[in-house]
Amino acid sequence: MHHVVLDRWSRGSSCFHHRDPRAKIVALLALLVALATASRGIVLLGGALAFLLLVSLRWARIPVGAASARAALVLPFTAVFAGLSWMAGDPTRALFLGVKSYVSALAVVWLVSTTPLPMLLRGFGRLGAPRFLLEVGQFLYRYLFVISEEGQHMRNAAAARGGPVRQWINRRNRFRAAAGALAVLFARSYLRAEEIHRAMLARGFQGTLPVLEAGQFRVGDALFAVAAVVLIVTLRIASQGMVE
Amino acid sequence: MSPLIEVSGLHYRYDDGVPALNGIDFRLERGETVALLGPNGSGKTTFVLHLNGLLNGEGSITVCGLPLEKKNLPAVRRKVGLVFQESDSQLFMPTVLEDVAFGLLNLGMDAPAAEARAREALQMTGIAGLAGRAPYHLSAGEKKRVAIAGILAMEPEILILDEPTTYLDPPGQRSLAALLAELPQAKILVTHDIPFAAALASRAVFFEQGKVAADGPIHEIVEQFGWEFVVRAETRRKTRGQHLIP
Repeated sequence: MHHVVLDRWSRGSSCFHHRDPRAKIVALLALLVALATASRGIVLLGGALAFLLLVSLRWARIPVGAASARAALVLPFTAVFAGLSWMAGDPTRALFLGVKSYVSALAVVWLVSTTPLPMLLRGFGRLGAPRFLLEVGQFLYRYLFVISEEGQHMRNAAAARGGPVRQWINRRNRFRAAAGALAVLFARSYLRAEEIHRAMLARGFQGTLPVLEAGQFRVGDALFAVAAVVLIVTLRIASQGMVE
Repeated sequence: MSPLIEVSGLHYRYDDGVPALNGIDFRLERGETVALLGPNGSGKTTFVLHLNGLLNGEGSITVCGLPLEKKNLPAVRRKVGLVFQESDSQLFMPTVLEDVAFGLLNLGMDAPAAEARAREALQMTGIAGLAGRAPYHLSAGEKKRVAIAGILAMEPEILILDEPTTYLDPPGQRSLAALLAELPQAKILVTHDIPFAAALASRAVFFEQGKVAADGPIHEIVEQFGWEFVVRAETRRKTRGQHLIP
């Protein structure tokens, strides 16, 4: 089966990949707060942070172009609000919105590209994020692959019986067929969820997922987190000072 | 000595009212390996789900002397290890090692001991090298082995395997049969794979329409129901050159 690209990137072996997720989450939060609270100098700050993120993506041997394109997926959503601001006669706010959302998305792509999702969820858990929410995230992630595989099987089965998929979906009843396939996928996913619950009960599940590894937050992780926060705060202050 | 599992008069209906089990009587003795045979939809899987308390039908079930009641469920689930047909349903933790240790941690074992036991189970099933991998990155055969390791790690007194050879290639099936043959636990195999069942079980129970149609030595049961998969010369002659659909 095909695996999610971000998942493949996150299995790398750079110095960023080896950092404890908590250190990276702290750095990300500092970046998001710096961006969210900036007004004057936002373009300078956004440019500097984007440059740092792109350099670190390159350092982590993650394709910079592909990562930047993925971050751009957020732009259509921002465009709605930026457009409204523009039409309301506030083009500066529209620009701020675009910069803030794109750089924030790039930072999130950096985090998930350098941290396998299970580790990331564990990192959030150790920082005190609600356990239930994280467990839902973990299951969602795990069974995304199962549902994706089911979807691929159905697609292959449809193609095998109806010629190439493109030809098949171009027919008049393509929406009806697609809706039917989605319904089947939903039903299969539902059945799968029931099976999973049974399998968990069969191995003594009592409501919480146990954790095997304690994980270690090393000196290097602390240094990374402190350095990242200091750098981001410095850029935030400097960008505002340069504009004033 | 009392049997490990004793079932009498077990009835079960699905939510839509369709009867699935119509009065099952069954015994499993210590150290015994029994194959459950029968056509698709005959109630084999529904039956074994009752033995772990996952389904709750009418009738009486006793596991290792414990009546199957709500208060005994944790103890029963510790004694009965169930390997599901679809390995994907059984593997939900981020890594193989954590998945195998899942049941042990639920039993209250501390993390270092659970990890050591999980690694032993992975070694036993020949997949020690997969410990750090994510379950969704494995082949179907590897997933099946991880699912089996997750149950073996819990050291149950009874092993139930639902279609254990699904997705395994012939060498994989042989090594699984060799592994199971070495395990001291009593086993119930739900399978259509007659050679595999015959290699491990001496007794078979044949299910038909939610009832036990026959119970006896596996070779007799297989012969009685024509359940062996042998392509006879006559069949070959008849089918040669013929289309499946005229």
